Amino acid sequence: MLHTVNKSPFDKNSLENCLRFARKGHSILLFEDGIYGALKGTRFETLIAEGLKSSTIYVLVPDLEARGMRMDNVIDGVKATDYAGFVDLSAENKTVQAWL
Amino acid sequence: MKFGILVNEGPYQHQASDSAYQFTKAALEKGHEIYRVFFYHDGVYNASRLTVPPQDDRNIVNRWSDLGKEHNLDMVVCIAAAQRRGLLDENEAKRQGKDANNIAEGFRISGLGQLIEAGIQSERMMVFGD
Amino acid sequence: MEDEVIKKFLYVNRKAPYGTIYALESLEVVLIGAAFDQDVSLAFIDDGVYQLKKNQQTSVSSGIGVKDFSKTYRALEGYDVEKLYVDKKSMEERGLSEDDFLVDVQVFDEAQMAELMEQQDVVLSF
Repeated sequence: MLHTVNKSPFDKNSLENCLRFARKGHSILLFEDGIYGALKGTRFETLIAEGLKSSTIYVLVPDLEARGMRMDNVIDGVKATDYAGFVDLSAENKTVQAWL
Repeated sequence: MKFGILVNEGPYQHQASDSAYQFTKAALEKGHEIYRVFFYHDGVYNASRLTVPPQDDRNIVNRWSDLGKEHNLDMVVCIAAAQRRGLLDENEAKRQGKDANNIAEGFRISGLGQLIEAGIQSERMMVFGD
Repeated sequence: MEDEVIKKFLYVNRKAPYGTIYALESLEVVLIGAAFDQDVSLAFIDDGVYQLKKNQQTSVSSGIGVKDFSKTYRALEGYDVEKLYVDKKSMEERGLSEDDFLVDVQVFDEAQMAELMEQQDVVLSF
């Protein structure tokens, strides 16, 4: 299953709740303002680190770069992807849920 | 693979329409099929042909129209959501006794059943919203 | 016939009513969708649980002047939409209990809700 999160964790609890319901082997894509959840040094870093133990977490690089960040700023273990990768992830997972 | 796309936010206010567009474009480039793009909630504003963005900005409405034309996309605007928000095609404008219509090329107005049908017929349903 | 395919549809409601239109327009999709005879479930998570609060009053004369659509949730049964699931944590952290809801729901813990989500073909989030 693929979960998509497009909200900053500082604004809404979408990321927290997504991680609450994500199960082992699920994929999570952080895009739009969701990319702020992928960054090092925020108070959500431990939450993401915990999530990485059971899920694969991706960050959409175009959204990251648009916001003045690079993969260097992203928590280790979070994978980079782009729109083509987003399409692949959606095709690979039978169920896709958007955490708006 | 067959994708359905749901766009729940208007252009410019929120990135949802941009993301949906980029996703749709990437999916088409990879050889996937887009069964339908459905515009709901404020997403119906993506179909307003009266949109006039500044020249140095992207024209979100034309961009959808162009992509739709190039790939023969079925781009459907929810009639109930559209009427609430002042979006009418020629027929609806006539039926409602309004003096103008504003649906851009390539979009068509239809019912919510088109969204459910897209869910049934597509192999993946993608939701872009706020 | 292709149209006879039965898919699992999950409507995920995570927003409160009235402050924005999402709850109402989501319900409109559910009602139209009911005619398609699919396997439909509704999940109420986060502020979405507030959609089901009893005693919503929105009268034009003395209230906010917006149509009270909460009664429609009670009509869902008549459309064979009977699987309404509420996230336990969301309910409890808002100080609500099942008695506060205007319809019968099943309260799901995380594992149950996660399993429900995983089984779906189409997840429409509002």
